[in-house]
Amino acid sequence: MARVASALFSRLVIIIPYAWLLFFFLIPFFIVFRISLSQTAVAMPPYTPVFDLFGGLSGIMEKAREFSLDNYVWLTEDVLYFNAYVSSVIIAGISTILTLMIAYPVAYGMAKAPKSIRPTLLMLVILPFWTSFLIRVYAWIAILKPEGLLNQFLMSINVIDQPLIILNTNWAIYIGIVYSYLPFMVLPIYSSLEKMDHTLTEAALDLGCTPFAAFWQVTFPLSLAGVVAGCLLVFIPAVGEFVIPDLLGGSETLMIGKTLWNEFNANRDWPVSSAVATILLLILVIPIVFFQNAQAKADGEGR
Amino acid sequence: MGNWSRFNIASIVLGFGFLYLPIVLLVIFSFNESKLVTVWAGFSTKWYAQLWHNQALLDAAWVTIRVALISATCATVLGTLAALALVRYTRFRGRMLFSGMVYAPLVMPEVITGLSLLLLFVAIGLDRGFWTITLAHITFTMCFVAVVVQSRLLSFDQSIEEAALDLGATPVRTFFAITLPVIAPAVFSGWVLAFTLSLDDLVISSFTTGPGATTLPMKIYSQVRLGVTPEINAICTILIGIVAIGVIVASVVTKQREAQRERDERAAFAQ
Repeated sequence: MARVASALFSRLVIIIPYAWLLFFFLIPFFIVFRISLSQTAVAMPPYTPVFDLFGGLSGIMEKAREFSLDNYVWLTEDVLYFNAYVSSVIIAGISTILTLMIAYPVAYGMAKAPKSIRPTLLMLVILPFWTSFLIRVYAWIAILKPEGLLNQFLMSINVIDQPLIILNTNWAIYIGIVYSYLPFMVLPIYSSLEKMDHTLTEAALDLGCTPFAAFWQVTFPLSLAGVVAGCLLVFIPAVGEFVIPDLLGGSETLMIGKTLWNEFNANRDWPVSSAVATILLLILVIPIVFFQNAQAKADGEGR
Repeated sequence: MGNWSRFNIASIVLGFGFLYLPIVLLVIFSFNESKLVTVWAGFSTKWYAQLWHNQALLDAAWVTIRVALISATCATVLGTLAALALVRYTRFRGRMLFSGMVYAPLVMPEVITGLSLLLLFVAIGLDRGFWTITLAHITFTMCFVAVVVQSRLLSFDQSIEEAALDLGATPVRTFFAITLPVIAPAVFSGWVLAFTLSLDDLVISSFTTGPGATTLPMKIYSQVRLGVTPEINAICTILIGIVAIGVIVASVVTKQREAQRERDERAAFAQ
């Protein structure tokens, strides 16, 4: 009896979350893919179903002949989509590098801080991450506006005499992404630096290494796992970012998250938005698999 | 390693200044007398008073809080189970797929998650509104709970559990008597994280919502698009205040529990 209960318990522990994620996370991707192969229609829902889920195998086979790649052909014909994908990847890449350049010294400083204040510093990094993303992006509008606080400040100390135009340019997007994702970069780097054996750096210094060389040859390579995890945590969501380019970027800023949103909400073209999402997922699949492997490896080390 | 250099301190101060300055400025300007959010014209709380008369906003806040409470609670249960499955059962069929499905939502762009869930709800003919938002939030927040609880489970001394099982406790009883009390702080912080993620979400909610269910971020977003107003600063300040109080309370409670546990352990060894 006890053994049966035990087996049942362990089954349920696995099956319940498994089934939930299959149904609400994995299956929806297949539906997106399916709808990306169907035709746009003026109806509700605005697409002609390619096959319905309960039509049985023969129904599926029959409907499969109606699959059309029209939406994908459409994506290649309009240069707007191609440009949006390329510029999303470039913007996300530049932002990731900028985030790394700011986050690394912060994480390094935290790892070197006296042990007693480290938990407080950690708390301070996590705290903004609990306040609304939307609010944090919104806060930057008032700062970056031409008549905003940054320009007022710079003009009052006579650094500039013309207001800088930052809002509605790519610079505003970089600032927005770096700001919003900074904790995601600081935390993994900090945790890899904190675990590091500091006698290694001391040994390098004793053996005549300059501090700079010791950093690049010992400290940095040892923190690489954290750097990679942080970069993926920033880069992947940043490619599909919608709120930041929408609120801080200009009308000519092309990012695929925004394109998808407009395609869906303004044009109400579900099949094309599904095709846009499918391609975006294909672009991100490699970094996502990298991320999963890194994550799984990190868990393995914790054992 | 006592050499906490000037460079280290400077980078921390600058980094934290960058993180906090925008939020501080936003809070300060919510108390601005003037309608202009960038010119200070004296202290006033009139924007807060105005909020109380904005019925649409209060309704949206109420929807958001209910969604967050329900989804955070369900996500905590599911996420804790997922963490147990990942840590305790290292071998089962489809484990690779399972761990992939737990980690992928952490980085998945919200537009993709939102669109795919919407298409699922349409495909199964579910009426969109309050419950579809809640289901969507459970799905993406449970993975964050799973990661938080998982890291606690990994540092857990499993021999206590084994002892309980050896002494004849059933796995269910062992879970509730031993495992859950030990991982409780992580489960609690998972819940708080799920709650704030749900409270905060704009993109997934916008995709999965239907008529009649408008959440606060959706409301804020539609007003932000029309421009920056002190009224929005006031709502944001209230939200920041709630989150800050929640986090401070949570960390104090966790600290006390840790201290209590340490005292208990020391007492146990002393005997």
